[in-house]
Amino acid sequence: MTVTAGWYMTLAALLFGVGLVGIFLRRNALVMFMCIELMLNAVNLTFVAAGRAIGDLEGQVAVFFVLVVAAAEVVVGLAIIVAVFRQRASASVDELAELKG
Amino acid sequence: MVELIVFVVGAVVALGGAVAVVVARNPVYSALGLLATLFSLGVFYVVHLAHMVAAVQIIVYAGAVMTLFLFVIMMIGVDRSEDTSETIPRHRIYLAVLAVGLLAVAGAAATGGRFSWVPAAVEGAETPNGTVQALAERLFTDWVLAFEVTALLLTIAAAGAIALAYFRREPVTEGDDR
Repeated sequence: MTVTAGWYMTLAALLFGVGLVGIFLRRNALVMFMCIELMLNAVNLTFVAAGRAIGDLEGQVAVFFVLVVAAAEVVVGLAIIVAVFRQRASASVDELAELKG
Repeated sequence: MVELIVFVVGAVVALGGAVAVVVARNPVYSALGLLATLFSLGVFYVVHLAHMVAAVQIIVYAGAVMTLFLFVIMMIGVDRSEDTSETIPRHRIYLAVLAVGLLAVAGAAATGGRFSWVPAAVEGAETPNGTVQALAERLFTDWVLAFEVTALLLTIAAAGAIALAYFRREPVTEGDDR
């Protein structure tokens, strides 16, 4: 029984689904952030699997760029969470309503 | 056969870690679950001969990003008193429908055995060898502009993070109507 690209894509779909459920279910900003990372990684897996199925290296190049953007996003996002925590002493996203008109 | 075993073990670890991220009360356990998922994805990258990507996955994700996460979790304290009540009515039901729908799509694809999701898939295509040299040739020829822009993006992100952390405002006190 050979493991085809579809197997990896099914796994990636499941990981993406779990991450999506986590974003809607959790209130802790840090855990929501981790769920976003989970979804990004699921997409990375499809890139590599698709690149292998096509026989092209471009899939891995795409993963490289996704990784860089994810790293930048984590740096800024965590800085925002820390800045918010200093003001409110809470990491719950439900308490953030400053932009409410 | 070997790849099947690696896939099954890796998939179980990855899914277990992903579920742990969502259900764990303690954010530290969530971080460790994510770490397990990232490591098993690194194993899958090695299976796909994406050596460079696998190394970057372990060094950048499992190393730098997760360390940053754990650092912030420790800094702002482990908050177990998370409110799990529904603020939007019936949002759990909608979420369950969404999740079951996604599972149904994934399950149908898995049991149907129709894995023609990659349109240009070539039967018996040669697995590209993702060595540092091969990846660097692509990055510094076809993708050199994007590569330079990511360097700029990282610089901006670092400057932004320092700005957010350095300039602090006084906490808003009660009765203060600024």
